[in-house]
Amino acid sequence: MTFRIGPRTNQIIAYSILLLMTLITVVVLFFIIGYVFKNGVGQLSLEFLTDKTRNMGKEGGIFPSILGTFFVTIFAIVIATPLGIGSAVYLVEYTRGGLIHRIISFGADCLAGVPSIIYGLFGFIFFVITLNLGWSIISGGLTLAVMIIPTIIRTTEEAIKAVPHSYREISYSLGGGKLDTILKVVLPTSLPGILTGVILGIGRAVGETAAVIFTAGSSLGIPTSAFSSTRTLAVHFYILAREGISMPKAYGTATVLIIIILLVNFIAYRLMHRFMERYY
Amino acid sequence: MIKVAIKNLSLFYDTIQALKNISLNVEKNEILGVVGPANSGKSSFLRALNRLYEIDYARISGTIVLDDTDIFTIPINDLRRRVGLIFATPVVLPGSIHKNMSYGPKLHRKLKESELDEIIFNALSAANLWEEVKDRLKDSAATLSGGQQQRLCIARTLAMGPEVIMMDEPCSGLDPISTAKIEATMLELKEKYTFILVTNNTKQAARVANRTAFFLSGELIEIDKTEKIFTNPADSRTDGYIRGKFG
Repeated sequence: MTFRIGPRTNQIIAYSILLLMTLITVVVLFFIIGYVFKNGVGQLSLEFLTDKTRNMGKEGGIFPSILGTFFVTIFAIVIATPLGIGSAVYLVEYTRGGLIHRIISFGADCLAGVPSIIYGLFGFIFFVITLNLGWSIISGGLTLAVMIIPTIIRTTEEAIKAVPHSYREISYSLGGGKLDTILKVVLPTSLPGILTGVILGIGRAVGETAAVIFTAGSSLGIPTSAFSSTRTLAVHFYILAREGISMPKAYGTATVLIIIILLVNFIAYRLMHRFMERYY
Repeated sequence: MIKVAIKNLSLFYDTIQALKNISLNVEKNEILGVVGPANSGKSSFLRALNRLYEIDYARISGTIVLDDTDIFTIPINDLRRRVGLIFATPVVLPGSIHKNMSYGPKLHRKLKESELDEIIFNALSAANLWEEVKDRLKDSAATLSGGQQQRLCIARTLAMGPEVIMMDEPCSGLDPISTAKIEATMLELKEKYTFILVTNNTKQAARVANRTAFFLSGELIEIDKTEKIFTNPADSRTDGYIRGKFG
């Protein structure tokens, strides 16, 4: 007699395995966040957030790094978002899945997988040295923009492709041109998906170390212009921990970084939700 | 009086020929029924008349003349305004009822708020929808029922001030009551507009069409007064289809 598992037992086993997998993932995630918070929350204070960094980071706050992270990220997003969305619209709406489309998509996929240190080296050689922009917010922002453009292109592309063909037919049949259709129907409909890409891009930019350490530098002064060198939070954390300057301050910095990323996600999804309510 | 004159119209998707040498005239203020089994070219026929086939990268040959003007000499957005198309599945654009209604008119000319409101009121009234939606114009169009959505699609087309209204199986997904409402709307509006009604439902053509054309495999088999087509068709294939022997 062969051993058979009844359909009910089968279900229970499948359910248990899937639940276990989910639990492992979630536990690891919460462990990391919890561990950083446990070690870092004690450092948090108004002074830590608003004070200058003193004595290489052993003392004082992380205000310059918060500013640096903010400016570098904004710079990257402001450049990468229009370029990424524009490219995606061109690819989907104007190349009709032809050879150009496939080549560029393949290229974007490859670029998305390139380690960030390669972008850092590229940014250093091209923006810092060749274009003589120096270690600066501009160099860092441009490098990060180059790095996140593929992400934005790919997510936007998928979002645009997911817009039902019938919406386009309706727009054309009502006398809309190609541009009307793209601007008034396709892009508003795919906005949630596009926004997801931009959020992913912000997340990558905020948390990036290797690409900015070579291009924005690691200066601790408060940035005064786009050409100031700056040290982002991730780089600050890296240096504090790597050089053994102050582990408590390093965890404090990491905690702030995680909170910023959570906030960005939270706000973006709230905005998206409000947009969806208005349009659907 | 002839509204649309079609001569030797053929339409190709790549190598597949969907329409074969169709010649027929659409009379002003008539409802022309177009019946035929699946893949007979009915929808392609409609898509040729407002040049919507272009977005599917199809090609056509032959001539289509709207009021003595070749449609290829009419600016495309003007042609599509004059020759409206209503699809089988009501597709409302994301956004409010108001936004759906104003999309077409706003594309064609600058309008004052009051003019736009009047256009929307007239179109929704003509499509017998005004009473049901007048208090919820700002609501999402997706909250309407299927029948209401299809009437919204009709109203959306009416708002552009079309001359010819083409309908591609407009009632295929609707219940009998919604269907009756749409048929009533067509009969009311036929004084002002010219209708081309593609339908899978031969009884619907019998109910509302003045003349009926029978398409089969991309060919026009027969076109005649609806009574003639349904009682004494000239071609045996028409007879077979009407009697439900195939299709």
